[in-house]
Amino acid sequence: MTAPEGTGAGSTRNGAEPLVRVQNLVKYYPIHGGVFRRKVGDVKAVDDVSFEVQRGEVFGLVGESGCGKSTLGRTLIRLQPQTSGDATLAGESIFAKRGDDLKRMRRKMQIIFQDPVASLNPRMPVNDIIGEGLIAQADRENGWRNRKVRDKRIGDYLERVGLRRDYARRFPHEFSGGQRQRIGIARALVLDPEFVICDEPVSALDVSIQSQILNLLLELRTEFNLTYLFIAHNLSVVQYLSDRVGVMYLGKLMELADVDELYANPRHPYTVALLSAVPEVDPTRRQKRIVLRGDLPSPASPPSGCPFHTRCWLRAELDNPQNCVTDVPEFRELVPGHRVACHWAEKISSELVAKAVAGQDVVRTADLEPAPAA
Amino acid sequence: MEAGAATAPGPSAPPRGAPPENILLDVRDLRTYFHLADGLVKAVDGVSFSIARGETLGVVGESGCGKSVTAMTIMRLLETPPAEVVSGEIWLNDQELLGIPETEMRTVRGNDVAMIFQEPMSSLNPVFSIGDQISEAVRVHLKLSKHDAWDKAIDSLQQVGINSPERRVKQYPHEMSGGMRQRVMIAMALSCNPKLIIADEPTTALDVTIQAQILELLRTVQQKTGAALMLITHDLGVVAEMVQDVMVMYAGRVVEQGTVEEVLLQPKHPYTEGLLASIPSKGRRGQRLNVIKGTVANPFNLPKGCNFAPRCPFRFEPCPDHDPRVDDPGGPPAACWLWKPAPGYSVAPRVEQGARTASGGEAQIP
Repeated sequence: MTAPEGTGAGSTRNGAEPLVRVQNLVKYYPIHGGVFRRKVGDVKAVDDVSFEVQRGEVFGLVGESGCGKSTLGRTLIRLQPQTSGDATLAGESIFAKRGDDLKRMRRKMQIIFQDPVASLNPRMPVNDIIGEGLIAQADRENGWRNRKVRDKRIGDYLERVGLRRDYARRFPHEFSGGQRQRIGIARALVLDPEFVICDEPVSALDVSIQSQILNLLLELRTEFNLTYLFIAHNLSVVQYLSDRVGVMYLGKLMELADVDELYANPRHPYTVALLSAVPEVDPTRRQKRIVLRGDLPSPASPPSGCPFHTRCWLRAELDNPQNCVTDVPEFRELVPGHRVACHWAEKISSELVAKAVAGQDVVRTADLEPAPAA
Repeated sequence: MEAGAATAPGPSAPPRGAPPENILLDVRDLRTYFHLADGLVKAVDGVSFSIARGETLGVVGESGCGKSVTAMTIMRLLETPPAEVVSGEIWLNDQELLGIPETEMRTVRGNDVAMIFQEPMSSLNPVFSIGDQISEAVRVHLKLSKHDAWDKAIDSLQQVGINSPERRVKQYPHEMSGGMRQRVMIAMALSCNPKLIIADEPTTALDVTIQAQILELLRTVQQKTGAALMLITHDLGVVAEMVQDVMVMYAGRVVEQGTVEEVLLQPKHPYTEGLLASIPSKGRRGQRLNVIKGTVANPFNLPKGCNFAPRCPFRFEPCPDHDPRVDDPGGPPAACWLWKPAPGYSVAPRVEQGARTASGGEAQIP
């Protein structure tokens, strides 16, 4: 039943073949304007992103809102068409699939959404919410067309995510935020996926509920042999859960490394600033931080060269080298397994960071962002 | 945190019951209930705290714990009905806010106390320019002319680090980013030089790098103006960075008060302990996170005794029946029977263990 197309892209290269391989993925949203609503530009939501996700690992994707991390996830499971580039799941091209092949592939990749309120249809009982996918994916083999088989499976998964079987008859509004997120998880897992995209699954939840859901996600990962693409803006959550982490900024990957390496030894000035901005819970360790100036530039007109150069503290410390403005930095491998998109990554040192921290004047670090495009 | 202090013997003879000179805000046994179709919700149920001049108090708790309602009650911004302030006193300097008429309250709002809300988009009016909105407040409170108020607006935008304020002041909220709007909110709050700023989750809707900007700004502004800050947040990291004193709330009640070091490093209440232990960090990678069992108490049907008892791992006999707070208002910093003797007990378990005596003497008072 394997589709003939797309097999060339995901050939085994270095030993273990990654479960997911993303190659030069691009997603632009057109901007229409003028009297005739002609296309006047693009919002470059995801701009030439490549990475691999190994089988069984948790790949964390962090970045601020608007950096394209969610768009990347949604494009990857074909909730929307890509602009260009390719991605493979277990060696088969994700974007080349059509019809029945596509349907079979969809079962292998599922998504858990951020907002447990908006992602569950308020007019459907839980039974239908979870069962909808089963009906769509029913075939002779699994027998999900049969109501009894289906209800049994729904009940099993509800119990597995920590809910009662008889909750299947209830409607979403009868549940708390944490319980709704559990329903969202059951909905994704009931189809037996291999690859699950978790799109900010805990950011709408309170701390005590958040830890319950994180524990559940970790348990399920071992039990069902899952591979996660974990998208979040909370750096501590990503650090807790992930094996490898990618940092996105304005639609591009800025840095990618093993989680310990990335947090202990960040090599991109954006990552350094991002990590230093996270407030620590320990009041004895109040640290001075690098406060980035201004806001995220508009992805409709990203800065030339390195997209981060308008806010970069390192560039200021290095007397504003010109190649940051003119040349797009290559996403290069600094040490094996650690990739960075910065011309000057080697220059980062603790002395320089300390100097940048000391030299900042908070109130005058005004907005430098250009007037937002209409 | 000293609550319920004695009358200050000042020469100008402040009114009876006013807090001492150095205390800016003194809230005593505040109870705000909501009469809803489904029943009575005790959103704030006996909350007492005080903030000294220029100090910062952090109010922490999960959603629905009553931290925002406390702030709204202080500002008297709740609609009554359904809300009702059942009991309590709110002293700002030597003025009791719950007793004064609405016309007087209007001069307090803005002049003495200003509030910064969580969602800067919905708290700014979309059809007026930034300048109109700031200068309106300034004209009402400082009785300035239209022209002077406009200059004041530009001035306060500059104060919060907004570049080219002359241009920005003519813009509308939708033309600004989230961080910028929050700066405008802060500018508006500062425009009348308040003595107290109440910031309700000021950075929750913002990204970390923008959050860092806004927190730094709040800190600088506070240093410059000497205003006291009541910072409401659910983020313990923000609390650790910003405040001196912390108050932890759960289901409408204060469960623990103390300095930020006491509360975050040596938490006493099991809820605070659980909250701290459930934060993911690198040291806990691969391990299960500590979890507070169950969900937040149903506000329509709160437990009879300690609100936290149904979820508490250390629950013992007195907990379901006796509320550790109501019985003993002047007790130790944690509202918990582990720290003070329950009715029928001579010693509190943790005090007995010699873990640390938390003002055990006071606990005898009731």
